[in-house]
Amino acid sequence: MTTPREVWQKAFTESSVRPGAYETMSGIPVQPVYGPDDGEFPGVYPYTRGPYASMYRSKLWTMRMFAGFGTADDTNKRFKDIINSGGDGLSTAFDMPTLLGLDSDDTMSLGEVGRCGVAIDTVEDMDDLYRDIDLGKITTSMTINSPAAVLFSMFIAQAERNGTPRARLGGTLQNDILKEYQAQKEFVFPPRQGMRLVRDTIAFTAAEMPKWHSVSISGYHIREAGSTAAEELAFTLANGFAYVELAAQTGLSVDAFAPRLSFFFNAHIDFFEEIAKYRAARRIWARWLKERYGATSERSLQLRFHTQTAGVSLTAQQPEVNIVRTAIEALAGVLGGTQSLHTNSMDEAMALPTERAARIALRTQQVIANETNVTAVADPLGGSWYVEELTNEMERRAEEIFADIEAFGQGSMLDGCINGIEENWFQSRIADSAYDLERKFNSGERIIVGVSHFLEGNDEEEIDLLRITNEDEQKQRRRLEAVRSSRNSAAVAESLAVLETEAADPEINLMPALINASNARATVGEMMKSMGTVFGRHIEVPTI
Amino acid sequence: MTLRVLVAKIGLDGHDRGIKIVARLLRDAGMEVIYTGLFQTPDTVASAAIDEDVDVIGLSMLSGAHMTLAPLVVEALRSRGASIPVVVGGIVPKQDIPLLKAAGISEVLGPGAPGTAVVDTIRAAAHVQ
Repeated sequence: MTTPREVWQKAFTESSVRPGAYETMSGIPVQPVYGPDDGEFPGVYPYTRGPYASMYRSKLWTMRMFAGFGTADDTNKRFKDIINSGGDGLSTAFDMPTLLGLDSDDTMSLGEVGRCGVAIDTVEDMDDLYRDIDLGKITTSMTINSPAAVLFSMFIAQAERNGTPRARLGGTLQNDILKEYQAQKEFVFPPRQGMRLVRDTIAFTAAEMPKWHSVSISGYHIREAGSTAAEELAFTLANGFAYVELAAQTGLSVDAFAPRLSFFFNAHIDFFEEIAKYRAARRIWARWLKERYGATSERSLQLRFHTQTAGVSLTAQQPEVNIVRTAIEALAGVLGGTQSLHTNSMDEAMALPTERAARIALRTQQVIANETNVTAVADPLGGSWYVEELTNEMERRAEEIFADIEAFGQGSMLDGCINGIEENWFQSRIADSAYDLERKFNSGERIIVGVSHFLEGNDEEEIDLLRITNEDEQKQRRRLEAVRSSRNSAAVAESLAVLETEAADPEINLMPALINASNARATVGEMMKSMGTVFGRHIEVPTI
Repeated sequence: MTLRVLVAKIGLDGHDRGIKIVARLLRDAGMEVIYTGLFQTPDTVASAAIDEDVDVIGLSMLSGAHMTLAPLVVEALRSRGASIPVVVGGIVPKQDIPLLKAAGISEVLGPGAPGTAVVDTIRAAAHVQ
């Protein structure tokens, strides 16, 4: 009988390890993992302690900084700064109109163009966004959901125009539409139509883009919207199960699809609870994929995730203190075994970050990675009575929530998630939890430094903030106008007509029609409208 | 008399955690609260406020579009002959506050405003009226 330690040892021995002296600052040798021989080990099912046997000894997490503002040119410059400062992955933030599939000259876009992210209207903007960046080398993540298929087809069109074939493109599309209805609220089409587009991107990448992660299942926004840690965990994994069931409907085997999924979690300020959440996430995912969905490939069972520190934990008061909060949250992500990390900047309770603030946020990760020595040991908190009990409790609470969702779907997690959205169940639970927490702040049960206590310094002058002017909006509108007037409008109309016709047939995959329309320089808004004619719109019943 | 408050999201900003918390805070403080949902325009907000005969409008703005959109709500009210006070809450840099007030916004609540301040500010805005 082989012990779990022996299984781990074999996998560890087969891993390539970064060279270095694995010892403490005072010279005490450090093992890659600690624990009893018959206990849980990283890289060994159910992966509670990490997806890989060697964890950060083989590869540090990717320092993936989220950026986007103004025009595509502005953001391209920031991307190059990030790469030059040692960031090794790009993550694109789009502005509100783009997130909702509207053009910059739409009347609803007034005042919002380029403000919360970069404005993209056509493939020409996509070209500017990634100019002089080798997309065959650096991986790219795009935070886009309702119009994910549209932006993804523009991304493919521009990469191929610039000589990188789609099969070589590596990266991640967020494309997690379920959490939009539940939490983030940047929805356009009704849930079932939204899921059809997710299905199309899943099937398309499975066939043509072996290096692409088609869905990044995101708890981050669920937590930011006010859920508890256990709700973040459970809703996110339930959404993951829903996408697994969706992919199965297209005929993909679970082992062909599940390895392409990645997750995205929040790192909030309750340090040990967050670490327990990541550990429970890996264990639950491995068990469900194996036992319920019949996955056999190791890659299907290993939950991999990106982490972002909690935007909601930042304060506008004494913003420099946010550097400390972010460092603690980032450390939780690392001790929890994250595969990539975004650290928020100190000024983000007020605005998009300045270059200086974003650099300090990246430096925070670099200190953790290079100075603290926490990367030498996998799951260093494994075996802590507190962390192990919290991990088990997270799992118990998540299973209770899964049972509710499964009941909504009469045995299907896919239907359970959609029905729960249509019944406003997720939305109400999140709002209830947000209000519970707020009452604790208001009653003084929870303290926020600089807000409820320790106010000296709050009257100091505000730090420099990034200002997005209305000039960017004007510039983007002029650029869109120039593209509209220089393109072949008959070809655009033709490509949009095909898109609309194909949208009406749920058997057809819309990706080829979208890539075709992107190449014809159709706008985001035009493609969304063509599909919207068929799909209709999602209207959320407003509840308090 | 029970205060009637319309809380609203205008523009494309889907962040509704804050507005739902504010709505519940005001309701628990004894006010009647009307929430018209996401993606409203200055015109729909002004019309709803007049139809519902509210005493105060609360706008929740986190996307940075406040300088463009909040003054348009005041204008939409004026063009309908109404003078309902408008309070803006959300992510507003300090330097924008005097500009918003000059544009007719009654009061601005920034990030971290405690529940009591939200309730007091809405009451005060109604009574100035």
